[in-house]
Amino acid sequence: MSVSLTQAQVAAALSQWLPPGAVLTNPEDLRPFETDGLTAYRQLPWMVLLPQTEAQVQSILKYCCEHHIPVVARGSGTGLSGGALPHAQGVLLSMARFMGILDIDPLARTARVQPGVRNLAISEAVAPMGLYYAPDPSSQIACSIGGNVAENSGGVHCLKYGLTLHNVLKVRAVTMAGELIELGAQALDGPGYDLLALITGSEGLLAVITEVTVKLLPKPQRAQAILAAFDDIEKAGHAVAQIIAQGIIPAGLEMMDGPATRAAEAFVHASYPLEAEAVLICESDGTPEEVSDEMGRMKAILEASGAIEIRYSQDEAERLKFWAGRKAAFPAVGRLSPDYYCIDGTIPRRFLAPVLKRIYEMSREFGLEVANVFHAGDGNLHPLILFDAAKEGEFERTEAFAGKILELCVEVGGTITGEHGVGVEKINQMCVQFSPEELEVFRAVKAAFDPQGLLNPGKAIPTLHRCAEWGGMHVHHNQLPHPELPRF
Amino acid sequence: MNAIFQSLQDQIRSAHALQLPLRIGGGGSKHFWVRPQGSQVLDMRLYTGVVDYQPSELVLTVRAGTSLSDIEHLLDQQGQMLGFEPPHFGPDATIGGTLACGLSGPRRASVGSARDFVLGVRILDGLGRDLSFGGRVIKNVAGFDVSRLMVGAWGTLGALMEVSLKVLPKPPFETTLEWAMTELEALESMNQWAGQPLPLSATSYQNGRLRVRLSGAEVAVRAAMCHLGGEVIPEGPAWWLQVREQRAAGFSAQRPLWRLSVRSNAPPLGFSGAVLTEWGGSLRWIASDHAPAQLQRAAQEAGGHALLFRGGDPFRPLGHPLDPVLMNINKNIKQVFDPNNILNQGLGV
Repeated sequence: MSVSLTQAQVAAALSQWLPPGAVLTNPEDLRPFETDGLTAYRQLPWMVLLPQTEAQVQSILKYCCEHHIPVVARGSGTGLSGGALPHAQGVLLSMARFMGILDIDPLARTARVQPGVRNLAISEAVAPMGLYYAPDPSSQIACSIGGNVAENSGGVHCLKYGLTLHNVLKVRAVTMAGELIELGAQALDGPGYDLLALITGSEGLLAVITEVTVKLLPKPQRAQAILAAFDDIEKAGHAVAQIIAQGIIPAGLEMMDGPATRAAEAFVHASYPLEAEAVLICESDGTPEEVSDEMGRMKAILEASGAIEIRYSQDEAERLKFWAGRKAAFPAVGRLSPDYYCIDGTIPRRFLAPVLKRIYEMSREFGLEVANVFHAGDGNLHPLILFDAAKEGEFERTEAFAGKILELCVEVGGTITGEHGVGVEKINQMCVQFSPEELEVFRAVKAAFDPQGLLNPGKAIPTLHRCAEWGGMHVHHNQLPHPELPRF
Repeated sequence: MNAIFQSLQDQIRSAHALQLPLRIGGGGSKHFWVRPQGSQVLDMRLYTGVVDYQPSELVLTVRAGTSLSDIEHLLDQQGQMLGFEPPHFGPDATIGGTLACGLSGPRRASVGSARDFVLGVRILDGLGRDLSFGGRVIKNVAGFDVSRLMVGAWGTLGALMEVSLKVLPKPPFETTLEWAMTELEALESMNQWAGQPLPLSATSYQNGRLRVRLSGAEVAVRAAMCHLGGEVIPEGPAWWLQVREQRAAGFSAQRPLWRLSVRSNAPPLGFSGAVLTEWGGSLRWIASDHAPAQLQRAAQEAGGHALLFRGGDPFRPLGHPLDPVLMNINKNIKQVFDPNNILNQGLGV
């Protein structure tokens, strides 16, 4: 960063391209931007910019590039890994004013929108045409589509409908040098290397997204859910595997363990069976014929897998009631404890039961309670660790516990993040999942877009120095240093 | 297989050190379109076999030299399939070549492309580095998505060694319907139906006939048949195989075959020599002697791009020109993985 420029000089220079009130420098104005959804990390930015046009974004980035000023882009700030955590000596580029839905083409089933548009607002805008935007992260009422692309967000319907990556056709973005690029096309593929795939999930490290063209899907005519209770996690895990093995791709396949079920029940009274050690919610959607067929097959599998109770949603109200507990699981767990820490790892589904058992063991070792919710269909696990930040050392112990869970995910062939991103939160665990050479490739890929490393520095990709200091162990091709030792 | 891996790695390392070009060789089934240069070959046909296949995970990990037919046979035994329905273009097609070429077949518009089904890769890059990206799970956002970057890169960023793919259950029931229509009516119908909750799995338009494949639970397919009308044609499976393999009439024309990837509802492009339209209107095959720039301009105006697929020089495949800023980034990416430009010279940027 250029040491010769003061905050006032930079603010004055940037003000020439921005409308009045779009450059914030007073600490009280900066305060709302000091954290994102991962509130354990806070940092006041040097200044906040609120551009409204692509040309303004280009001017800002060009200026910051010339003066070596770091830039962190931010959407709605709902991310859970600290990806939008500000830089103390950098500008925070808020994309919140890019609120326009620019074009809807109902026949081609696409919508061209600005990055600050909320995920749910897209589905709401196209609902009269019988269409919707499929990825539905739990924060969908608030999170922005630009942030969704940056994080490659998922949701509860990923197994059937894919991630953000599978539902975006084209992205316009501005590089750190201020140059405009278009990745992807209105067609199903584009020329050159697949940079659209690369920018999706790049956590704001490659370019600033200024426009997104998404694919829209026809709204299913009908959706129905089954609630199934099990007295044993293993039986529930087996039921999940059987559903998939029998050729069914449910629209949603969610699991909660006993503690999460009881917390959710106490909170929203969804009539979940309190004696259950695991509850599965299986949803089917499509035409009425498809749904009836699939529901019948799923019920048979759940019965054969030893479910102690099976309930069908009889109407839309009951279906939403089944989901209410699952969707409220986080706040419900939040009522049990002053603080909780949400983890986001993915594992191959068949390791579900052993991984959960190991998590319970670790819970006892660390002396911290844990409740588990799980996108069982795609192997994405969200253990919630309960802790009290006011107690000396408890947050540190929680972070250590969380780190161990993520390492366990890698050990069984999974990943340290299924949908929340690496950000600042999981940067150490990147040293476990990737070799020094692979991390070097990530850094070089970043440099291919941003040679000075000014976009969202310090996030997502650790330096080798950081890995060495942290002392993480990289498990190469699933070959553990002592393969003869049992790991559960 | 470890010894073979090692020898392939040694071959790349020495080619890198000596700055000698190396061409990555698979089954050669796509050489009519893309053919790398170089006297030395990295023979991927040696590196074959299934690394891991768990039907209940819907995930398959295979070595890149494994033949597409072997993979399809294996999946078929478990009632599963490659969702993107890749063309083979010859009996020796490998999964590595298929992904390097980024080829998808008739089901693409409904379920996704080759790239969409890739979960992870292990590659040897142009420095001979053994690198793994992505993984064997469906949801994974750790690190940049380098695995999907490899799809369609023609092996210019590295030799694919192992790939993990999401697979799909085979639909229990399929049928094909046909209508007589003009091109304009067919484009309108394909787009409208794709916006309705119907179990469409493929569409084609050729010589005044629109054909639609429906796949799914039998009750759902039958309900859709009632809704759509049209005439059931018994030769459906054979037809979609001909479309996939480009053995349908018109594909063997003497004129150059162009692939125009456009917005699905773009109106008819107005070129003579239309061979076939598929993917709900998004993919239009045209056999034409028109100047490349003319076809490329038309595709671009229709929201996409054009490339020469058959009848060109496979050592210098004619793609769509890239914008200078993007070209620069493409070149930088190539530098990351193959700084000495030894892999598949003549292809890519």
